[in-house]
Amino acid sequence: MEVKIKSMKHEDFKDNEYIDKLVEELNATGANVVVGKFDQLINWGIANSLWPLCFGTSCCAIEFMSLGAARYDMARFGFEVARNSPRQADYIMVQGTIVHRMAPVLRRLYEQLAEPKYVIACGGCAVSGGPFKNSYCVVPGVDQILPVDVYIPGCPPRPEAFFYGLMQLQRKIKVQKFFGGVNRKEKIAEFFEKHPEEEGRIG
Amino acid sequence: MFNFGIWTSEFNNFLMGFLPEWATVLVECVIIAVLVLLTYTVLALFYILYERKLCAWFQCRLGPMRVGKWGLLQVFADMFKILIKELISLKDTDRLLFKLAPYLVITSSVVMLACLPWGNGLQVINYNIGIFFILAVSSVGVLGILLAGWASNNKYTLIGAMRSGAQMISYEISLGLAIITIIVFAGTMNINELVWAQDKAWFIFRGHIPAIIAFLIYIVAATAETNRGPFDLPEAEHELTAGYHTEYSGIHFGFFYLAEYLNLFIVSGIASLMFLGGWMPLHIPGWDGFNNVMNYIPSVVWFLGKSFFVSYVIIWFKWTFPRVRIDQMLSFEWKYLMPLSLANLVLMAVFVALGWHF
Amino acid sequence: MSEIKEIISRILPSATFTEGDTLMVTVDEKDWHGFAKALKETKGLEFDVLSAVVGMDWKDSLGVVYYLTSTSRNWDVISVKVAVPDRENPMIHSVCDLWKVANFQEREVYDFYGIKFINHPDMRRFFLRNDWNGHPLRKDYDADPKLNPIPTEDEKNEDDTVSYVEDENGNVKAVPGKVFEEDEYVVNVGPQHPSTHGVMRFRASVDGETVKKVDVVSGYIHRGIEKLSEGLTYPQILHFTDRMDYMSAHQNRHCLCMCIEKAMGLEVPRRAQVIRVMMDELMRISSHLLSFGCTAMDLGATTAFFYGFREREMILDIFEKTCGARMSMNYNVIGGVIADLHPDFVKDVKEFIRIMPSRLKEYHKVFSGNLIAKNRLKKVGHLSKEDAINYAITGPSGRGSNWSCDCRKKHPYSVYPEVEFEEVLESGCDSYSRYMVRMKEIEQSCRILEQLVDRIPEGDIRAQVPKVIKLPVGCWYQQVEASRGTFGVYIESTGEKNPYRVHFQSPCFNLVGVMDLTCSGYMIADLITIGAALDFVIPDIDR
Repeated sequence: MEVKIKSMKHEDFKDNEYIDKLVEELNATGANVVVGKFDQLINWGIANSLWPLCFGTSCCAIEFMSLGAARYDMARFGFEVARNSPRQADYIMVQGTIVHRMAPVLRRLYEQLAEPKYVIACGGCAVSGGPFKNSYCVVPGVDQILPVDVYIPGCPPRPEAFFYGLMQLQRKIKVQKFFGGVNRKEKIAEFFEKHPEEEGRIG
Repeated sequence: MFNFGIWTSEFNNFLMGFLPEWATVLVECVIIAVLVLLTYTVLALFYILYERKLCAWFQCRLGPMRVGKWGLLQVFADMFKILIKELISLKDTDRLLFKLAPYLVITSSVVMLACLPWGNGLQVINYNIGIFFILAVSSVGVLGILLAGWASNNKYTLIGAMRSGAQMISYEISLGLAIITIIVFAGTMNINELVWAQDKAWFIFRGHIPAIIAFLIYIVAATAETNRGPFDLPEAEHELTAGYHTEYSGIHFGFFYLAEYLNLFIVSGIASLMFLGGWMPLHIPGWDGFNNVMNYIPSVVWFLGKSFFVSYVIIWFKWTFPRVRIDQMLSFEWKYLMPLSLANLVLMAVFVALGWHF
Repeated sequence: MSEIKEIISRILPSATFTEGDTLMVTVDEKDWHGFAKALKETKGLEFDVLSAVVGMDWKDSLGVVYYLTSTSRNWDVISVKVAVPDRENPMIHSVCDLWKVANFQEREVYDFYGIKFINHPDMRRFFLRNDWNGHPLRKDYDADPKLNPIPTEDEKNEDDTVSYVEDENGNVKAVPGKVFEEDEYVVNVGPQHPSTHGVMRFRASVDGETVKKVDVVSGYIHRGIEKLSEGLTYPQILHFTDRMDYMSAHQNRHCLCMCIEKAMGLEVPRRAQVIRVMMDELMRISSHLLSFGCTAMDLGATTAFFYGFREREMILDIFEKTCGARMSMNYNVIGGVIADLHPDFVKDVKEFIRIMPSRLKEYHKVFSGNLIAKNRLKKVGHLSKEDAINYAITGPSGRGSNWSCDCRKKHPYSVYPEVEFEEVLESGCDSYSRYMVRMKEIEQSCRILEQLVDRIPEGDIRAQVPKVIKLPVGCWYQQVEASRGTFGVYIESTGEKNPYRVHFQSPCFNLVGVMDLTCSGYMIADLITIGAALDFVIPDIDR
């Protein structure tokens, strides 16, 4: 089964095999028709109403501003309601380098997000530490501290790349299951088993 | 002019035919409650889209485009999302008040919505102190906001709530005075009678100078009452992240969000009721042909059209003006707006006493 | 220069001189504070601006190099070197009573080198967490990640500070203190906050809505660029400059290139110089447009933000065509520029210059002329000229306090002496003046572009440089006028292919230094607008 989103053709995506495999695995267990339809409706809602948390640490944040500005206008996809309070946002887009002093703050912000929540690592620094990887106080990639859903490489990524990344996130959302066995929740749980320090500590 | 009262009384008679009176009232109450809630949701969703599209238009953008035709389904996606969002319960908060606050806010706006006259005969209840009742209920919303800010145990929300308390209580005075000015002119507080009094011409034309001043004061005060820019200090995004509702998530936040937009509709509705004739079509004395043509347009359309127009103006404010500071805002109210509205009230009384109106 | 030398040897006979890029005076630590006072106050010297404070580790000793500028002596620059041999407990007298800007600068040096400053009121770390082990820029720093793992908990005891006070007998003792009293209502703004323009954190103690004191907590994007640079070759460190103040990427990189070229004695072809200046000015416009948009947005006028970005996209298009990227252009290289201009460059720039004046009018109509905006910005965030000089606030913010401090005029470089432009000055000393300086500088930048666009000479775009670039032994300091003020680069070389020490003196670093001064007594809402009008870029502060 193909995972389709309206804004971009299926064959224009570069990693269809990965998503298709995911869908196959998920469908192997089968799903109740009614529950399945509800899932689709909810996923449609989440995927089309992704409200970002304003979280920019450096250059990528300026490109994110361009993304919101008139030329690229992410409002077209319904992404524009940038919330400043993590409680009301759906995903955190880590734009820029995360350093040691920031790491606990970022982790706390992630925990303050309400479920369902997603993480996008944006730009070379957030993906791997980028040009600052060897520094004494840079976290080499936010996946050290957060379960990342989508990576957007670039330094900084172009606005088009941001859109590609967001659409990938939409596709990922479309294959998740809100009711019943969920691939996502398991993955997050697994992540926090490996990084046990904080989960659930901050209310 | 079509009177919707015919339908409703027929329906009433139909129910009375096979039900005792208490059951009829019960059934009618339930139906009305469902209708009001439905209208509330639909209107709120419409307003969210309306503002997003308008603001995009002011900013040389397109606004929501991809979800549904012209982004029409965008708000439904948002609604589904907000419905299933996790409700976070916080440590060290006043749990009861924290959960109560959004319901207070939304209740007050639902009650206000129910009092508005939608069309000829389309009104839930007709009080002799209708407009007074609306003003009284609107104050309950302030309480909700104050509680939300207080109960969240967060410094931002507390500052937001305090700002909002100071702001809403101050501007309520001007708002009330502007409405009293019109009540002095109309001589009634009954909503139905207010509308019918504008049969010849709308109040804004009949009362000319004092009514126009009162209308302008009302628009300013109403913008402040609904916490919208340039008076959006309680939720000043760039100062207090999200103001009094910083700590709310999921549907609790959704309630604040909906109430914010619905309050916009309500203040616009009151403006159209008090100044622009409510559902009364545009009548010009002497032009009978023109008046008859106007009467063919249903009264609901008139009411909604006027309200949307006033809302448009208020939205336009928000996306044009920078935000004022709290001391500037309060001094504006107490030093300029309130004395002006008091003077205007006296002026109106003089006009009415001397009969200098149409 | 010889005159300065004469006066200095009269004041302090033990001072030794080293001629180089600038006159370097070496003094003993025990003489330093008295000598600094004399430098500032002696007639004929009057070094009233502390341009840069560079911490140093010379292996056998630790120390600080101070760069001082005298506004009354036609912006002459000298440097003073103070070294202490004690590596265990190095101490130098603080000069933050003379030059207020030294407050944060010395905290930075303490953070990096562990040098304690005597009589400094607030000796906390500046960039790194207060539980950090070691001082990273020391040459013997142990970079083992096990010593400093990725932290998962917030810092403890944030309010604790310490001050090293010297009594009459010369004994130094540590006096603990508190940043905020127990009963103060402290509002935390940042690091994740929509209006801090990045990840700056302010802790503001408030009384009702009035701000009493602001404590700046920096370092949430401190990436250790200076340490990283020490391990890379000269061409490799260039790319860091684009990522520090990303809104003055070209100017910063221009500065570093010029510093290296100065050390190599390299002549840059004229075509490259003209291109560099044009790029600098385009970058300046783009930065001021962003600043306009952000100021408007912080005040709640969201629509004006979109207008600013509309024109900014035109500049980004020009950059993209020539440099191949919208941001982080990596365009300047040692000896020139990396690629020739795109054929459309002249046409695009002309089109931009044609459009811009009418758009500026639109901005004034939509935002600057608005009564609310004026009331919010005027008479807010007062910064007097004396304070601006003392805190070394350069750039548009300094010029908004009527301080003529444009590096393009004071230390002319590249082709700036050949073009006509005015240094914009405003005498309001408030946020509105700072904002207006930016808007008027856009006009001046357009004027520079207009003069140059038809006069781009033919020729090479870069000079011949050796494959392996090595600088001779010595130290160099170069300043340029970046979008937000004077940007300085200090390079010390031991003759290797990588630098011994690189220090970036960023303008924004000084800007946050005045947050406490400018915000005290105003309201919480003003804290945001003052920050917006000062217009700092956080990665430039933290580096």
